[in-house]
Amino acid sequence: MRRESQVVSGRTPNSFRLATYGSKMISGYLITILITVVIYCILAHSLNIITGHAGQISLGHAAFFGIGAYTSAMLYTEAGFPFWISVPLAAMVAGMVGALLGIPCLRVRDDFLAITTMGINFVIEAVFLYIPFFGGAMGIGGINLPNWLGREMTKPEYFLLILVVFVFLLLLDWKLGRSWVGLAWASIREDEQAAGTMGVDIVRFKVIAFILGSAIAGLAGGFYAHFLTFIMPQNFGFGQSIVILCMVVFGGIGTRWGPIVGAIILGILPEVSRPIMEYRTLVYGVLLLAMMRFQPGGLLGSESILTKGLRRYVLRPLSKKAS
Amino acid sequence: MLWQQLANGIAIGSVYALISLGLTMVYGILRILHIAHAGIYALGAYIGWFSFRLIGDFWLSLFIGMAGAAVAGILIERFLYAPLLHLPRIAPLIVSIGLFIAMEEAFRIVAGPHTLTYNARIGLGDFSMGSFRLTETQILILLVTLIILLFLWAFLTKTRTGLAMRACAQDAETTSSFGVNVGAIIAVNFLIGSAMAGAAGVLIGVYDNQVWPTMGSIPAYKALAIVVLGGLGNIPGTVLASIIVGLAETFVIGVLAIPFPRDAVAFIAMILVLMFKPYGLLGKA
Repeated sequence: MRRESQVVSGRTPNSFRLATYGSKMISGYLITILITVVIYCILAHSLNIITGHAGQISLGHAAFFGIGAYTSAMLYTEAGFPFWISVPLAAMVAGMVGALLGIPCLRVRDDFLAITTMGINFVIEAVFLYIPFFGGAMGIGGINLPNWLGREMTKPEYFLLILVVFVFLLLLDWKLGRSWVGLAWASIREDEQAAGTMGVDIVRFKVIAFILGSAIAGLAGGFYAHFLTFIMPQNFGFGQSIVILCMVVFGGIGTRWGPIVGAIILGILPEVSRPIMEYRTLVYGVLLLAMMRFQPGGLLGSESILTKGLRRYVLRPLSKKAS
Repeated sequence: MLWQQLANGIAIGSVYALISLGLTMVYGILRILHIAHAGIYALGAYIGWFSFRLIGDFWLSLFIGMAGAAVAGILIERFLYAPLLHLPRIAPLIVSIGLFIAMEEAFRIVAGPHTLTYNARIGLGDFSMGSFRLTETQILILLVTLIILLFLWAFLTKTRTGLAMRACAQDAETTSSFGVNVGAIIAVNFLIGSAMAGAAGVLIGVYDNQVWPTMGSIPAYKALAIVVLGGLGNIPGTVLASIIVGLAETFVIGVLAIPFPRDAVAFIAMILVLMFKPYGLLGKA
């Protein structure tokens, strides 16, 4: 706070000059990509909880992303809540809706679940699009980056904020993976019937996965709305759900780092492949197809070339040296 | 007016049935969600359009469209799905999604992003009785669907191959132990399902008088909703659900004039039914 007041009074300390220099180095374009990629990382991570850890295929994850974004946007623009309250509330609302929709969803068999979640995505998008309260096809505008230290956050700072939250979520994931909940999810994923016989409360743990995954997706939605400053129903359609799912599967479903690697690669891909604009989506589709056809475990899956190579040429020599 | 809407609804529902039947048959045997089925539907429309431009005879182009779609379906099964069957269900699903995205893009790149008009002369003529009127294309849809459904029913119930197909849908392993070539049955399954989707593509191309690259995207998801509504893998249920969805869409939009997206109707119907019958309309646990 004190440094901030110094800036306002006109004396520019060195550290601040360095900071502005640094933010110029990281151009606006790059920081936009970085923020988008971290948001995708959070989304892929949240879907990984539902689909990877608990083994429930969801084709409608963008619905919860959208619920988070709309909740935070409505709270910010209509009710005047600051960012610091609207975004956590968005996560809570998304989690509650996730529980509400999750319970009837879990009555149905796995393949039904995939299509039901897809249906929920279409219905939620239709609600945003057709109910005037949510701004219709025009969407909601006028959402700003959060304020702190008495001014609006810069984009690099916002990036750091999201990154910190993401690291915190990863720690949470690591903790959960080692707890009873993680164990119960693994047992449900591997063999639901056996888990039930052993006394695992299947419905309860599935709902926990749904709530957690949806809430984190809602959090990502809040970040996304405040970053874009303008949201439309189309941002949260079925296509978006597929993109998120592809990131998870591409990187390696159920692994901790796989979805993140997938989000980074597939998030940067559209930017890198600008020169082949015309064929971009084709490449995307073929890449997915080839990946699943030849490396069905994903890049970091336990049976992939990459993991085997790592184990063979990096880990084994290292452990030999150590012994 | 009411009769008119009824006819429209049934015509649309018949096309849905043609698309969804292939999907439900594939699910019945392989237990995979074949999203690229809608890509085959669009492929059928493109092949039909192209051969119509080349030959000028609609019925022949319909047949060529069906044949082309059938070949594509068999190739997809052989080279993409067959090696993935032992894996978790999500692997073929993602392959299917990737293939569908790639197919749509391929259509756009090869045939151009614009819509192509498909104004075929069929030679059936309109039918009208008082205020009730069936257009030529509606008659065409009803006629072709009826013929195909009759053929399918006869095939499944009267022939040995049909019997083997139904047996495979119940338990492929046991069926193979009785000396049935399950690989061949799966190929026949894809052949019939894809040919029906190709026919649906040509019919919609003529009905809407256009063929365009993303014509498969809405049917891709709607057909899945219909298939679930009818009870995954259940053939009569799928036909019933298709007609219901076709009618519901036409009535919700045309008669009740509710400002609601036409394409969400199928999903709302699906979610409502699943609340009470978790295995679909005619599905069994």
